[in-house]
Amino acid sequence: MKEFHGRAVIPGELKGSALVSHTGFNVLASFWKSLTEGQNPSICVDQNNSEFFGKQLTGEILCIPQVVGSTTAGMIIQSVAALGTEPKAMLFSHTAESLAISGVLLADIWENKKIITVDGLGDQFLEAVSNGDKVEICLDGTVRVGI
Amino acid sequence: MVKVKMKLTPEETDILHGSQGETLRKTMETLVRYGEAYNAECLIPLDGPIHMVCSFGMPTLRPLYKIMEQYVAEGIKTKLPFTADPRPMDYENVEVSEKEKQIFHQIYADQDQYEDILKKIGLKNNNAFSCACYFDEVGNVPKRGDVLAWAESSAVVYANSVIGARTNRTSGVMELFSGIIGKTPKFGFLTDEGRKADWIIEVRTAKIPRPQVLGSAIGMKVLEQVPYIKGLDKFLGTTLTSEAKDYLKDMGAATASNGAVGLYHVENLTPEAKDYGEELIRPGAKTYVIDDAELERVVNSYPIMWKKIDEPPQLAFIGCPHCSFVQLCEWTETLVKALREEGKEKVAIPTLISSAPDVCEKFEKTEYYPRLMATGAHLTYICPLMYMSNPLCSAKRVITNSNKLRTYSVSRYVDDADLVRAVVRGGLQ
Repeated sequence: MKEFHGRAVIPGELKGSALVSHTGFNVLASFWKSLTEGQNPSICVDQNNSEFFGKQLTGEILCIPQVVGSTTAGMIIQSVAALGTEPKAMLFSHTAESLAISGVLLADIWENKKIITVDGLGDQFLEAVSNGDKVEICLDGTVRVGI
Repeated sequence: MVKVKMKLTPEETDILHGSQGETLRKTMETLVRYGEAYNAECLIPLDGPIHMVCSFGMPTLRPLYKIMEQYVAEGIKTKLPFTADPRPMDYENVEVSEKEKQIFHQIYADQDQYEDILKKIGLKNNNAFSCACYFDEVGNVPKRGDVLAWAESSAVVYANSVIGARTNRTSGVMELFSGIIGKTPKFGFLTDEGRKADWIIEVRTAKIPRPQVLGSAIGMKVLEQVPYIKGLDKFLGTTLTSEAKDYLKDMGAATASNGAVGLYHVENLTPEAKDYGEELIRPGAKTYVIDDAELERVVNSYPIMWKKIDEPPQLAFIGCPHCSFVQLCEWTETLVKALREEGKEKVAIPTLISSAPDVCEKFEKTEYYPRLMATGAHLTYICPLMYMSNPLCSAKRVITNSNKLRTYSVSRYVDDADLVRAVVRGGLQ
């Protein structure tokens, strides 16, 4: 078991399996079908992200370096939260980009949906975690991998 | 509401405590918590209008429209008239089948109502739909140093880098909240420290790199960090001519969509790089060397998403981000010349060239317009990405010279020369 400490942007407690991407998470490209067709559950359709492409994002614990791409990201996170197709948690190795922070705040304040968000977990976090690993998220931003 | 560390004025504090109603209270709470996440010291007044990224009326985005309807109901508007991204549809200039039209009406079922709401909360005018709001013709043109809250990644990176204005990569909805309050949290690109470079990019190519590929390579490498680009002034010169601005517009859009770049500096060319030079580079900045082989590697990494990759293209898109007036004139000359050299009169596949409504209107008054129309190409103002959101349209084999469109759709990237050959001959061979 390995332990990492980050900043709890949207604090919460959760245990589940990790879904890992080592490349930036493009929210618009990933949730495109949810946005245009109301796809539920959301399946990643980002052709540039081979690790997430074709995988379910709804209800998952996403382990990512950063959010990249379009500035629609925040409102898309808000909208997928309103649709009920949001991921359960987003764990960032870097400081979360303002688009991601906007999205989880909009989901929290305007949709009353908490997407647990921890950032700043460090590059070693993404080196340590693999798809399907059991992950525990604590209120203070501690993340345990391989519990 | 959690305890606030940010320094707020008495008026801001009152709004946060609900003195002006629940909608503005939640608006202020969102802005304050957003700022707190980045240790913003305060909210800072905006010097110019916002630019909104959401220009489309999709039923799945009703949570956003609901907020805007609350503003309308309470008589709340943005402090200044604003601009927004391009419209998703243009039936007058873009031919679509009845079935495609039906699907567009389903995807953008709320378009008319949404545009009505935009006007009620402060949209500048009926032409204010362009991703390149900073074109003189569109008129949302900031000055160096202006504090803004823009969304639309390609506009943000242009405003910061080429103009030297100051805006974060503000998310959709958050930019609207800043426009309503008239302020935005002071952090990131709004501070001197936040504008320093984390990367040195050394361009060592034999000839001027294709802007959309150079931007893609930089974006994929640096993600959200700030690059300081050396070696590009050798090709672009040291003055921001209209050609240099167009190059940087297209390069920047690729950095922002293939990564998350919100600001870059080009040595000896962009305003802050000219004034401060290498003082802008942080100690310990990493270096990324881009030569011809590296650009080739990047291009070869793009997946081709067509179902039948050997079949000829069925449609070509130019203008993502929107073409400038000069680019429209250049594309006219290029297409006319290429057709003449092949002994042809019309393009062989539908060719859509997109620009801002105000730029299109100016272009239509010139001698270039009938010449472009004579080639069979179409001039439109739509967002190519929004066009590709229609599954019947994205099922077509679409080529584009835009790395942004490639990233967000199943279109295939080709460089300008290959695109011209394809639209003239009807195939990529």
